[in-house]
Amino acid sequence: MPLPPLSESAIILGADAADWREAVRLAGRALVASGAARPGYADEMIRMIDEHGPYVVIAPGLALAHARPGPEVLADGLAVVTLATPVAFGHPHNDPVSVVLGLAISSVSAHLESIAELANVFNDSSAIADLAAAKTADEVMRIMGSSE
Amino acid sequence: MKIVAICGAGIGSSGILKVNAERVLKRLGLEADVTAAHLGSLLTDSADAQIILTSAEFVDAIGKTFADVIVIENYFDTDELSRKLEAALG
Repeated sequence: MPLPPLSESAIILGADAADWREAVRLAGRALVASGAARPGYADEMIRMIDEHGPYVVIAPGLALAHARPGPEVLADGLAVVTLATPVAFGHPHNDPVSVVLGLAISSVSAHLESIAELANVFNDSSAIADLAAAKTADEVMRIMGSSE
Repeated sequence: MKIVAICGAGIGSSGILKVNAERVLKRLGLEADVTAAHLGSLLTDSADAQIILTSAEFVDAIGKTFADVIVIENYFDTDELSRKLEAALG
């Protein structure tokens, strides 16, 4: 199963975010722009982190913002936000974050195989730095394997 | 053997842990059933698990368990996973 779709409208490069909440909001906005989520999804992603801590920072420099499937999700989708200035999420090892992925998933069962594709992208240890340095949406799509 | 990967939502980070744990186990020549779960389903999913993979944030919430709780820092670093799984299984 391929990754959830990543469209150009869900890519925001070199954004300014004052803190992690703003960074996650940008990922939410990108998911709204691509039609994957309603505006309230950003609040749900933030609530997950408020509730459980910064565990979404799953690798150095990379946050995988997401919430559970629900009414705020319209379709499976992925967003990529890169930050002009990295922000801290409060993670003990992986701060600061320069790349925020937003993930919206409409059902849990269909989902685990597409996550395997994310692992394929990021098990390449240069992928996070390459994304952070990307200047165009095309570059991002290439790194994410969405343009092949 | 049963291994459970735990995160807050049970879809994103635990899914990645599951996928990479399966890869590492295969590389090590070990067989295990790896499940992705969230805190809400932890009790039922991990009742007979030998190993729980998770982030530091969830260790307190997981609480008392017979399973070995392994904390993973970089979910994409299969060497870290391999090292920690081998140590727990060895």
